[in-house]
Amino acid sequence: MNNQDKINQSMEQIATAGNRGERIRSDCFVSLQLKSSGGIDIQLKSKVESMFGKQIRLQVNEILEKLDVPHATIEIEDFGALPFVIGARVEAAVKKLKPSGLFWTPPLLSENEYETDRDRFRFSRLYLPGNSPSMMLNAGIHKPNGIILDLEDSVSPEKKPEARLLVRNALLQVDFYGAERMVRINQLPLGLEDLEVVAPHYVHLILIPKCEHAAQVKQVEERLSSILERVNQEREIYLMPIIESCLGVENAYEIATASHLVVSMAIGLEDYTADLGVARTASGEESLYARTRMVNACKAAGIQPIDSVYSDVANMEGLKQNVIQSKAIGFEGMGCIHPRQVPVIHAGFAPGESEVAKAEKIIKAFQKAESKGLGVVSLGSKMIDLPVVKRAMKTMELAYKFGLRDQQ
Amino acid sequence: MRKITNAAGRVVTSEINGEPVIPFKGIGQHKPEARKYAPPVSSCADYPSDGDKRIGSLALALEKAGLRDGMTISTHHHFRNGDMLANQVFDIAHQMGVKDLRWFPSASFPCHEHLIGYLEDGTIQRIEGSMNGPLGKFVSEGRMTGTGVLRSHGGRYQAIQDGEVKIDISVIGAPTADQFGNANGLEGDSACGLLGFALADSEYAEKVIVVTDHPVEFPCIPWQIQGNHVDYVVEVEKLGDPSKIISGTTQITKSPDRLLLAELTAKFCEAAGIIRDGFSFQSGAGGTSLAVGEYFRKIMIENGIHARFARGGSNKYLVSMLEEGPINNILAGQTFDLDGVRSMANNPGHVWTSPFTSYNYHGKGNFAGLVDVVILGATEVDLEFNANVVTHSDGNLLHGIGG
Repeated sequence: MNNQDKINQSMEQIATAGNRGERIRSDCFVSLQLKSSGGIDIQLKSKVESMFGKQIRLQVNEILEKLDVPHATIEIEDFGALPFVIGARVEAAVKKLKPSGLFWTPPLLSENEYETDRDRFRFSRLYLPGNSPSMMLNAGIHKPNGIILDLEDSVSPEKKPEARLLVRNALLQVDFYGAERMVRINQLPLGLEDLEVVAPHYVHLILIPKCEHAAQVKQVEERLSSILERVNQEREIYLMPIIESCLGVENAYEIATASHLVVSMAIGLEDYTADLGVARTASGEESLYARTRMVNACKAAGIQPIDSVYSDVANMEGLKQNVIQSKAIGFEGMGCIHPRQVPVIHAGFAPGESEVAKAEKIIKAFQKAESKGLGVVSLGSKMIDLPVVKRAMKTMELAYKFGLRDQQ
Repeated sequence: MRKITNAAGRVVTSEINGEPVIPFKGIGQHKPEARKYAPPVSSCADYPSDGDKRIGSLALALEKAGLRDGMTISTHHHFRNGDMLANQVFDIAHQMGVKDLRWFPSASFPCHEHLIGYLEDGTIQRIEGSMNGPLGKFVSEGRMTGTGVLRSHGGRYQAIQDGEVKIDISVIGAPTADQFGNANGLEGDSACGLLGFALADSEYAEKVIVVTDHPVEFPCIPWQIQGNHVDYVVEVEKLGDPSKIISGTTQITKSPDRLLLAELTAKFCEAAGIIRDGFSFQSGAGGTSLAVGEYFRKIMIENGIHARFARGGSNKYLVSMLEEGPINNILAGQTFDLDGVRSMANNPGHVWTSPFTSYNYHGKGNFAGLVDVVILGATEVDLEFNANVVTHSDGNLLHGIGG
């Protein structure tokens, strides 16, 4: 097919993006047809037409201009989509007919200009399906430690390209109230394409699903560094591999130490038990080896081990028991698939009274040594390393946060 | 017509629908010095000495009551979205060829979409009250002939008492009534709990028609509406659709965002010291308000706190708190589910109230001031605490103002 044929063919095609239906909120459904003349014709169906119709049309025109689309018919069925969603949907439709390196992004929300650090607590990470804007908007108010914009299992294969753009825009425009912003990319090599879209746009951490080898971590690390170099950004994007297979479990330590960017590692038990060929049970004997092995590898590598999600969202008591068990074998966090799980997980991982008391002693000893100008801190007969003091401070931070102590 | 800047800094007109209006003067500043409006003196000699005020049909009652062009007709929202009465009243007016009526409901519901035809053909000139659902959309689009006036439940009572709105005919749907016109909402297929929103109408309207689908022999006890105010009693087959009058499904929200809002609200009230022994609260029947009530219950039970009273909208959650002990009394303004109706009929601690007791501007005080905390839903709130409870993000009228 020659170029002219290609153009003619794309003129006839109608590309769509987004979601529509009775229960769809905060989203829109875009149908786009490229034309050879006649300018931009926007058909908008929106319940907020009277209040926002003008702004929506202005925005669509701006995006099409940026993407170099001078002539098109575009139909938008709007269900209360915010500008970052409309932008992602329009861009996705355009890219289907006219792939290019051009893109339109909303500005970075000033509230989103916070950094993360490798030692921060990661008790709770809330999974958000990457193509469902309505679930993203208020996710931050539940105060999870991290939010995961998921491009993998929660997004159907044909929706992957549009979800990428939506996730990119959400990273820039949705206020997650201080949560660490994570993206779960697809399995490699598809996941590398995800990186191209999201990495330049203020993501804190990348989850690598179904990780089995150190080489996969390296691959992500290399791609990230080349993207960041290209866009001239000097920052680190952390990595959290997810172990979801027997082989992954066997290679846990190798994966944990594959890159200095790996700050944490998670286990996914649905896939693991499937790989093992057994059913996942509530008591979890079948995965005890995998979990303890994973925890051990993480501790040996000096990173945080994170437990699998608890999938019965209605059973808060079951979740509570699960968290107690999880903390007892050394996990330092857990995935959440429902916002109401967040407080239960936080309460479960909150430091116990003896932990807090110990932390207080360590900090007192440290302050005492400091005031005396001593370089070495000791508690009783034990010498205390600086990382231990740091951890004690973290524990106290938590104790304040959970109201176990008054902050002075 | 002049433009006036009112005490809230808004530019408003000096007249609405050709009648002078008083701009907002500031909280507590409006103190009219006249006497309350009163209906004409009636004499018992003009009424049947055997007390039987029944009349053959609603059409006959409206005709006898003198229904004619330009009158103000009031109805009430006890039957919520199951109401069949208001539509019938205007069907009759339409058949009689009457025009330019002012409909003065305590609230309207989507079931009143039927009346759009009468707003279009001139039977009804305008609505004063609340305009919800399809009627709200119709009015928001500027298609009503007259200007709509939103009235809160308390504001409605005030307008009736000071004569700002003179009701010509009030049609009161009564789940149970006797031939004398005594009525209550506690029994019958259309049981809705109470008839408080019709109280002012029964006392101040020129003519009062009670319509029931569950007639009982005198005396109908308790008489929430007193027969001594009533001109005619009409018996009909069916006043409403019971499944829509009382919701079988007052349910706590499952939305995590709303649950969090409710939890934070309850925690705020606890931290602010509002939830203490002997306190009082009011919350609505929306899923989020119900959730606040449930968090209140947890806090109260954990700390052994009793509420002296809760204001309803009563529902099964409040009723269970009344029955289990953390609240001593329910003062209900309306009833949202069957548990509420049952409790009101059987439990002396579950008392019916009206806008007269609760939000009455021309009363010598009112209960609203005695409530420690009220949880209300709003579609929008700004940082100055101004709240919008009447329109949704599409700009259409969505809800009434409420109390």
